[in-house]
Amino acid sequence: MAKYICKRIIMAIVVLLLIASLTFLLMNLVPGGPFLSEKAPSQAVLDALNAKYGLDQPLHIQLKNYMVNALHGDFGVSLKMQKNRPVTDIIIEMFPVSLRVGIVAVIVAVICGVPMGCIAAYYRGGKMDSFLRVVMTLGISIPGFVVATLLLIFFGVKLHWLPTMGLNGWTSYIMPAFTLAFYPMCYLGRLSRSSMLDAINQDYIRTARAKGVKGKAIIFKHALRNALIPVVTYLGPLTAGIVTGGFVAETVFCIPGLGRYFVQSVLNRDYPIIMATTIFLAALVILMNLVVDILYKVIDPRIDITKGGEH
Amino acid sequence: MENNEKKLIEVKDLKVSFFTPAGEVKAVGGISYEMGYSEVMGIVGESGSGKSVEAYTIIGLLASPGKVVGGEILFEGKNLLEYDKKQMEDFRGREVSMIFQNPMTCLNPVYTIGNQLMEALLCHDKSIGREEARNRAIEMLTLVGINNPDKRIKQYPHELSGGMRQRVMIAMGLICHPKLLIADEPTTALDVTIQAQILELMKDIQKKTQMSIIFITHNLGVVAEICDKVSVMYAGKIVEQGNVNDIFYNPSHPYTKGLLRSMPRVDETIYERLIPIEGSPVDMLNPPEGCGFGARCEHCMKICLRKQPPTVELGNGHRAACWLLATKEKEGN
Repeated sequence: MAKYICKRIIMAIVVLLLIASLTFLLMNLVPGGPFLSEKAPSQAVLDALNAKYGLDQPLHIQLKNYMVNALHGDFGVSLKMQKNRPVTDIIIEMFPVSLRVGIVAVIVAVICGVPMGCIAAYYRGGKMDSFLRVVMTLGISIPGFVVATLLLIFFGVKLHWLPTMGLNGWTSYIMPAFTLAFYPMCYLGRLSRSSMLDAINQDYIRTARAKGVKGKAIIFKHALRNALIPVVTYLGPLTAGIVTGGFVAETVFCIPGLGRYFVQSVLNRDYPIIMATTIFLAALVILMNLVVDILYKVIDPRIDITKGGEH
Repeated sequence: MENNEKKLIEVKDLKVSFFTPAGEVKAVGGISYEMGYSEVMGIVGESGSGKSVEAYTIIGLLASPGKVVGGEILFEGKNLLEYDKKQMEDFRGREVSMIFQNPMTCLNPVYTIGNQLMEALLCHDKSIGREEARNRAIEMLTLVGINNPDKRIKQYPHELSGGMRQRVMIAMGLICHPKLLIADEPTTALDVTIQAQILELMKDIQKKTQMSIIFITHNLGVVAEICDKVSVMYAGKIVEQGNVNDIFYNPSHPYTKGLLRSMPRVDETIYERLIPIEGSPVDMLNPPEGCGFGARCEHCMKICLRKQPPTVELGNGHRAACWLLATKEKEGN
């Protein structure tokens, strides 16, 4: 197991290097630059700025410099948005904000979505099932900004129940977390419904019933654990995506999180921030996938991850 | 079986139908039989004859769209069909348990053998501590002939062979000491040597525990090996029932005769071709008005196609449902 995890970490570093190089090249292919704004600075100023941040050098030299610095833990400073502030500082400041909302959202998605799927599967074909299926289909087809706006209008503006912006007190987490959670919750619901239906029809469920196990124990002990694999698979990248912040939720509810900042950094061509947030997100996705693979083994003893990785 | 002896289970005119979009399928069309304590009864029939449906009905595992439409099942005098969901959950496993055809898929792959064995015990009686449940599980595994049971209970189903898993299934069925075990083709999915071992084991355990077994199979050899009584089912009806000797040496229904003729025999010295039963089973969506076997029967008469045959007593619990026997009986009178 330790050997397997080491191997995965080495693979992760290679993947991160590739992602970083690719992002670096793509980013530079996009026209524009960090120092351009409505009032264009003179060529002399531009040249001086480019020289200061090393942007006058050929691309491959820039890439090499960036990689060497990054491997030493130096991800550069912001060029535009928070001028000359180290990028790592910015991430350390912004990430916890997104993380807090994100974790609430993931928890909501899991504890509502999975039971929703189980209930729908248990009452398959019935009224409860039809109702939940409508809700889940709505959930995966309504875009996030519609959900966010509707919440804002009803609970924020009309009813004045919840604060409309910022993160002050636990009530302010409700709407952004729900906005982030709604789609994955419904997706998880559909996923767990179908894999539960699959599990319920297996022979071992019949065996469990034949020995007199009660209905609830059959669903939550025997069927659910077998149905969890696809759910956990989806949950890995989902968690990475949500905890790094949702652009829509953070923009609508004015939350100073990483998700919104990432999009703004792209618009502003703030190269070091784009690079650092991309690498950070990629590392998180890779980490979550490793966690998922280890969870597979915990859920299903038949799975041998150390062999599966080699093919 | 004498009437004064106490009966374990009595099935009276049981009718089970499946309500499919295409129409009502009368999977079990009114069957009756009774069983005493520590008796082994075989139910023989081809696929789709309703033998499994009948067994699932006893243990209350009939899946929708199946429904009991008539009759009663008396277990020690109480009608099982009147039990509610909770009573039935408590009844399953404790009074009657069931083992299934495919041991490869019948154990939950994500829990250990021990966990699943202990669960069978603990879900009926929470007062049993985990320690005692564990000991009982080990005891049961020893009974079904599994070596190193204290190691085995920590293993997962995928770490055991098919024969081993069927032994575990049997151990699980027996752990609450039920009065009746329903075995739904327990040897069909196993290879022949393992089949023989499992049969031997079941015979052995039956002698030790004195429980009754309903043995569902399409293998007449298995029936001869293990059963006291046999019911032959065809198209949702019991066409003939009696003790093993009556069925094998004095078959009375043309279908039973056909089945026996189509089976190879080891004691035959002249090798002749086996005689198959011509035709195919009836369409259960549109069952014939008369005898279900009529269209395939070499002795078919006009009345067979129009009216259901009556069940004729042939003495000593031997019964068959056939117009041939009914008319013979009349002539005899």
